[in-house]
Amino acid sequence: MKFVDEYRDSALARDLARAILAEARPDRDYRLMEFCGGHTHAIFRYGVQDLMPENLRFVHGPGCPVCVLPMARIDQAIAMASQHGVTLCTYGDLMRVPASERQSLLKAKAAGADIRMVYSTQDALAIARAATQQQPAQQVVFFAIGFETTTPPTAVALKTARAEGLRNFSVFCNHVLTPPALRAILSDSADEVARIDGILGPSHVSTIIGSAAYEFVARDHGLPLVIAGFEPLDVMQSALMLVRQINQGRRDLQNQYSRAVSPEGNTKAQALMRDTLVPRERFEWRGLGWLPESALKIADAYADWDAEQRFPVAVTPGREHEGCECPKVLRGLMEPTDCKLFGRVCSPENPLGACMVSSEGACAAYWLHGRSRIPQRTASASAT
Amino acid sequence: MTNTKESPQTHFRSRLDIPNGQVDLSHGGGGRAMAQLIEDLFRHHLDNPLLRQGNDQALFGPVRGRLVMSTDGHVISPLFFHGGNIGSLAVHGTINDVAMAGARPLYLAAGFILEEGLPLADLERIVIAMAEASRAAGVPIVTGDTKVVERGKADGCFITTTGVGEVPEGIHISGELAAPGDAVLVSGSLGDHGIAILSRRENLGFGTDLQSDSAALHGLVADMIAAVPDIHCLRDPTRGGMAATLNELAAQSGVGMLIREAAIPLKPEVRGACELLGLDPLHIANEGKLIAICPAERAATLLAAMRAHPLGQESAIIGEVTQDPQRLIELETPFGGRRLLDWLSGEQLPRIC
Ligand code: SF4
Repeated sequence: MKFVDEYRDSALARDLARAILAEARPDRDYRLMEFCGGHTHAIFRYGVQDLMPENLRFVHGPGCPVCVLPMARIDQAIAMASQHGVTLCTYGDLMRVPASERQSLLKAKAAGADIRMVYSTQDALAIARAATQQQPAQQVVFFAIGFETTTPPTAVALKTARAEGLRNFSVFCNHVLTPPALRAILSDSADEVARIDGILGPSHVSTIIGSAAYEFVARDHGLPLVIAGFEPLDVMQSALMLVRQINQGRRDLQNQYSRAVSPEGNTKAQALMRDTLVPRERFEWRGLGWLPESALKIADAYADWDAEQRFPVAVTPGREHEGCECPKVLRGLMEPTDCKLFGRVCSPENPLGACMVSSEGACAAYWLHGRSRIPQRTASASAT
Repeated sequence: MTNTKESPQTHFRSRLDIPNGQVDLSHGGGGRAMAQLIEDLFRHHLDNPLLRQGNDQALFGPVRGRLVMSTDGHVISPLFFHGGNIGSLAVHGTINDVAMAGARPLYLAAGFILEEGLPLADLERIVIAMAEASRAAGVPIVTGDTKVVERGKADGCFITTTGVGEVPEGIHISGELAAPGDAVLVSGSLGDHGIAILSRRENLGFGTDLQSDSAALHGLVADMIAAVPDIHCLRDPTRGGMAATLNELAAQSGVGMLIREAAIPLKPEVRGACELLGLDPLHIANEGKLIAICPAERAATLLAAMRAHPLGQESAIIGEVTQDPQRLIELETPFGGRRLLDWLSGEQLPRIC
């Protein structure tokens, strides 16, 4: 694991921590939003916050695809499986996400719906191919979810299905785009906007769409943004870069993750996505509401493989738990521990909101890795 | 094996067709087919004097110490993996559960639930693995039971094993005995079994030659208690991995723990696979490792005894028991930060992004 160890060297971590401490001015504080759940995960998994000066705090953003998927989409998937009797293939993280009426995919599966956990689009295709032999009438739907990172494999699956003439396979497309979400957070009406001094920008996403996609953050919102890798040393180095920019009054787009991210990104993957998927006029994000041009749907040329067209279901707006503060947590307006339900009725065993389900959700990260420090946290946690 | 009045000497007109045959419902029906399966397959491979009695129970002589008993159901997919199969696992798992009381395991019982259609050749491989494991461990399988269920009602083969053992005089090892200040030790690298199994699942996109660590630990335990009779706790971190085991022990004893992550032995293959799948190796199952808690001043002696045993060569002291009414397991990360090591919620699932 040489390539991993290099990014987890504890001596380097201490050096970086010292550099940040030396750089951070004591007369101000630094609120850095990490956009991605991958960053949240690394911060908690390695106790990175412990190594930061008191006046530097990480604010968690909306960057977990599971957390931002609105309940109505899970309801819709359950309805496809139960009303149309399709075999629904999905990533494991989605299984426990709460749906309306205390439902979840896991509960629907227990009640008899054919819902299967897969690790890749290839698994779902394989299930569909096998079904053509054994049960030709069986329809297989891949529940696609994720940011730009996980979109190319979905595009490949669509192309494969068309090339093979796989008629019993379709995709329920829920891919969402990160720049519109970031724009939405930064343009929130003044009283709702979280005070943020800088942003740790998406890394894996940027390998696909390129760092230039985030130029608007500095240009339109006057904030520094550093594209930051997911390893703990990446996060720390990016924090140092942000502190420097803030101190110097700069507001630049910087790329810490240059070992994988170029300004233009992966143009081949982009072309693949353009061929198969097109922007939706608007899409609902949990916590952020309906955002224009913020998600993808299946292009007309692939309409035959679009599960939404093939298995229409009536959708009513999902009913979130009343006390759940996920929307505020996702926008950096509130810390998970400030939610009245946190740890009382909402825990990973019984998640009431999506932020408690995924290992990348802020609530689950607090609960799993940071619970011991909750008294201090709640004392120092102020939302805006 | 039991439930038949056929004598062990019964001869059948034709031999069981193990290379080509499959388990069918008649093998659980109590008739001739079942008797033949038991005779040609189970008794043939597992043979020992107590099993040869051919009764519905095993009758054995008095034992000296206090008795311990443990039972465990084994349901695993796939049935065969690098480093073992469900048969060896069923033997090792129960021997280990008995041994974690500091006991010497004496006898095993095995119950089989077979699915219609299971190839007899597979069943034979499983039974041979059980026979080899129990012989190597010196713990015979002395009674058992076989049932057959219809196709689709079991995952090929489920095995329940029960074990009894005796605890030597003066040994008292239990989950509620961990005390603040005690040292926490582990007998080797973690996660090998779970990753070996995962790598055999289809379409997971990674291959590894990593072997399951499945092994019987009673010999290691015997050496450990010979060196340090006042070990406080022993437990094998199977399902839920080290995280679950440490949390169980902390809850039972009403203590917390501080574990140094950098001290935990992990194989590069396990770390690599966990990276790839977004899993935490501390939540992954082991079948041949144990966690020990002992007074701090005895830790070096215990460590030396563990390292002297072939199954404990990579043993390490990984942390200490702390006073904590919240009973939390804290992990000091290699960075010097801290995080909680919690139970797993539901099944550990790969991350999406
Ligand atoms: S603690 Fe639970 S209910 Fe509260 S915001 Fe987090 S996920 Fe929602």
